[in-house]
Amino acid sequence: MVLVFVETEGGKVRKSGFEAVHFGFLTAQKMGLSCQALVLGEASDASSLGLYGAGLIHQIISDSFKQFDNQVYGDAISKAALKLSATVVVLSHSSNGKSLIGNIAYQLEAGSVSAVIDIPETENGFIVKKGVYSSKALVKMEINTPVKVISIQGNSIQFSVVGTEAPLQSLDIEVLQPKTVLISVDKLKSNVAPLPEAERVVSGGRGLKGPENWSILEDLANVLHATTACSRPVADADWRPHHEHVGQTGIAIRPNLYIAIGISGAIQHLAGVNNSKTIVVINKDPEAPFFKAANYGVVGDLFEVVPRLTEAIKSLN
Amino acid sequence: MKLLVCISKTPDTTAKIAFNGDNTKLDSAGITFIMNPYDEWYALVKAIEIQEKWGGSVSILHVGPAENDPIIRKALAIGATDAFRIDSEAISSDQVAFQVANFVKQNPFDIIFTGKETIDYNGAEVGGRIAAQIDFPFISFASHMDMESENTAIVKREIEGGTETIKVQTPFVVSAAKGLAQQRIPNMKGIMTAKSKSLQIIPAVPYAEKVSVVEHELPPAKKAVQYINPDNMAELARLLREDAKVI
Repeated sequence: MVLVFVETEGGKVRKSGFEAVHFGFLTAQKMGLSCQALVLGEASDASSLGLYGAGLIHQIISDSFKQFDNQVYGDAISKAALKLSATVVVLSHSSNGKSLIGNIAYQLEAGSVSAVIDIPETENGFIVKKGVYSSKALVKMEINTPVKVISIQGNSIQFSVVGTEAPLQSLDIEVLQPKTVLISVDKLKSNVAPLPEAERVVSGGRGLKGPENWSILEDLANVLHATTACSRPVADADWRPHHEHVGQTGIAIRPNLYIAIGISGAIQHLAGVNNSKTIVVINKDPEAPFFKAANYGVVGDLFEVVPRLTEAIKSLN
Repeated sequence: MKLLVCISKTPDTTAKIAFNGDNTKLDSAGITFIMNPYDEWYALVKAIEIQEKWGGSVSILHVGPAENDPIIRKALAIGATDAFRIDSEAISSDQVAFQVANFVKQNPFDIIFTGKETIDYNGAEVGGRIAAQIDFPFISFASHMDMESENTAIVKREIEGGTETIKVQTPFVVSAAKGLAQQRIPNMKGIMTAKSKSLQIIPAVPYAEKVSVVEHELPPAKKAVQYINPDNMAELARLLREDAKVI
């Protein structure tokens, strides 16, 4: 059985959770196995995981899950996987998923590969693909243990409705008490997807000349329902919050559309974004290295080009 | 306080990546290797800052062959107290974490630092695997950390779209993200004293691999960029909708 750990936020399944379930479903289908989901704590829309391929949803309710504690979550998921005899455990490659994969793999004596980008090859062994060297290369890795643990890079697969709502079943497992204490959560309220899950991203660099000019970028992001991001110098100068920084030392993303505005495209920046499916580069410098990685390039003054593009997209809609 | 910083060796961020004949190993010809930036800039410097304020020692632990000693000496030059090298190639996250956990079981530390990930395999697994084996709390992606007392830390960790702040008691494992500290450049005095600091070689424990590399490949070559006239953004909008189908 393929068991998918589904992350929730504010009592609802996260987008990455639906994606992980669909990934688990496609993997299970290939291996002739069933796909089941595991939810820790309350999630009002958990039964809709069935739409993306979960045949059954296991739920463990405990106050211990109200904050993320690596040991508490890792222990509960590992115990669930053992109790349900899961042979493949699928996680999201999110902050929490990355924290958990080593814990769960250790407890299940499993080989693990993180940031997997495609459905495993299962005809001869269990082979997964991931990006390495900051996306400058790909590697196929074989997991040789009876139980396999993988985490899924966001936006790696298209997910579609394949089933109907699935039943929820309460799973009886002894849950640990957290040793850590959550003091506060500091999150920008936003009606767009967080960067790792975003399908469209509009990103700004030093070419914008100062934080006061970000409104032209935000206007474009608004018409596209895109998430905003920035380059490292912009975050370092505190023009934008650090969690918007994409690149090698920031967040690696792979949206369908990445629009880079006034970003020259240093190799460290490209490392975080070059898996985007379509890249648009707007820069006044025709020699900017980013153009080499772009699908569409516009050489021009961003202060004129970006509002023009915003209007053009508005009139399309 | 006894602090441990685990460091890895990675290709330089600007390295051109190529592989050997059967695509199973990196072709290291012409590549400059460096200390993994998350380990050096954030994990190591944060540990030194804590030691400067609270006393104790900062030890370096590296899993790798003797040819990697210059990276360990650099960590000592930046300000670590002493170092240990487990004499084995670093093969996988699991193997490295297994070696580190075995060492730590015999040599206890209050806080164990790793970088949030290495910039070669980008696995982000080592810290979690170490913590699980020694049953320590694990705080990942720390971008800010203050010791409230010698045994209590307040750690800010990066989550999607923000941060969360966590209180944790020693001993624990923490993985360092950008922001945790400011990079330090070794000075001449540091470089000189590093030569006489202790670097102990530890034999590796036997380990059976759980994963293996089938092959590497380079990403497919990108099509040449299509330039759009800056006066004609309607054309770009049309291409994004009709050709790229992304809006």
